[in-house]
Amino acid sequence: MLPEEIKKLIGTSGQIQLYEVEKGAIRRFADAVDDPNPLYYDEEYAKNSKYGSIIAPPGFFGWPLKQTRNSPLAINIPLELESAFAQAGYPLSLVLDGGMEYEFFLPVHVGDVLSATTTVRSLRERSSENGTIIVAFLDTTYHNQHGALVAKQQVMFIRRSLNQGQKEPANA
Amino acid sequence: MPEQLFWDDIEVGMEITPLAKIATTQMLVKWAGASGDFNPIHYDTVYVTSTGFGQIIVHGALKRQWLIQLMTDWMGEQGTLKKFSCQYGGMDYPRHMKTISEPQPGETWFCNGKVTKKYIEGDLHFVDCKIGLENGNGEITTSGRVTVILPIKSL
Repeated sequence: MLPEEIKKLIGTSGQIQLYEVEKGAIRRFADAVDDPNPLYYDEEYAKNSKYGSIIAPPGFFGWPLKQTRNSPLAINIPLELESAFAQAGYPLSLVLDGGMEYEFFLPVHVGDVLSATTTVRSLRERSSENGTIIVAFLDTTYHNQHGALVAKQQVMFIRRSLNQGQKEPANA
Repeated sequence: MPEQLFWDDIEVGMEITPLAKIATTQMLVKWAGASGDFNPIHYDTVYVTSTGFGQIIVHGALKRQWLIQLMTDWMGEQGTLKKFSCQYGGMDYPRHMKTISEPQPGETWFCNGKVTKKYIEGDLHFVDCKIGLENGNGEITTSGRVTVILPIKSL
């Protein structure tokens, strides 16, 4: 059975988060991917392209303006859901990234400020060889500062539990 | 940038130009800083041993971003990435460093893919593909599907 404190969060949304799209952040992101596409760093080149200015690679939405929670992960999990997982014995240290889906509507430009809202779409409990797991699907929409829809994102992640004698990592 | 790809020239079954990638522990640290994912399972050998993963693993999101580059390289600047999905089916392990800038010998991975469908909706010209990341043993550890919009040749 899915713990009640987790189950009741299906359909709820986290607080709106603001993401600032900075030139240097885009450049470092493209560099970390080892993607030399000049649209991501060359102002002259980007100006003469159909985009008119530097854009972010699809999949990069900038950095959160405020760190609303003290998480070391890039996954945007609503606060209430994260604390419910922790209370029910599904610590953040045992999270696994399962995959994702994007639908893109508009390019992301340097200087954009995106607002993101994340909704808990589904939570399913499963048994696995390592004990109980919860498979979570979170939907996030990104809008730009003009109110236009930029992208829809769906993240799938897996929470493993501390039961079955498994111990939480010492450093978590 | 490579030459522009046109919808007219696409055939179902056509292969996407593969993109070679290697991952090193150094690159994972760069990715952690650039993406904001500071989970120590991606850079701390002592910590990762205590988690059951056993050894440092490559960020799923880095593999995702390589697959996105596969598509943006292939479709060219006039193309538009409309939909992208990927599932992480297996763990990948980075090469350790041999010198301050040179990795240990090891596996090179390939992002690759194939066209599965081409079609028109409204006045837009779409191509669907399936894509994947193949490790040194020929195993697909990340797989996905994409939809791109391509330009057509003007008459």
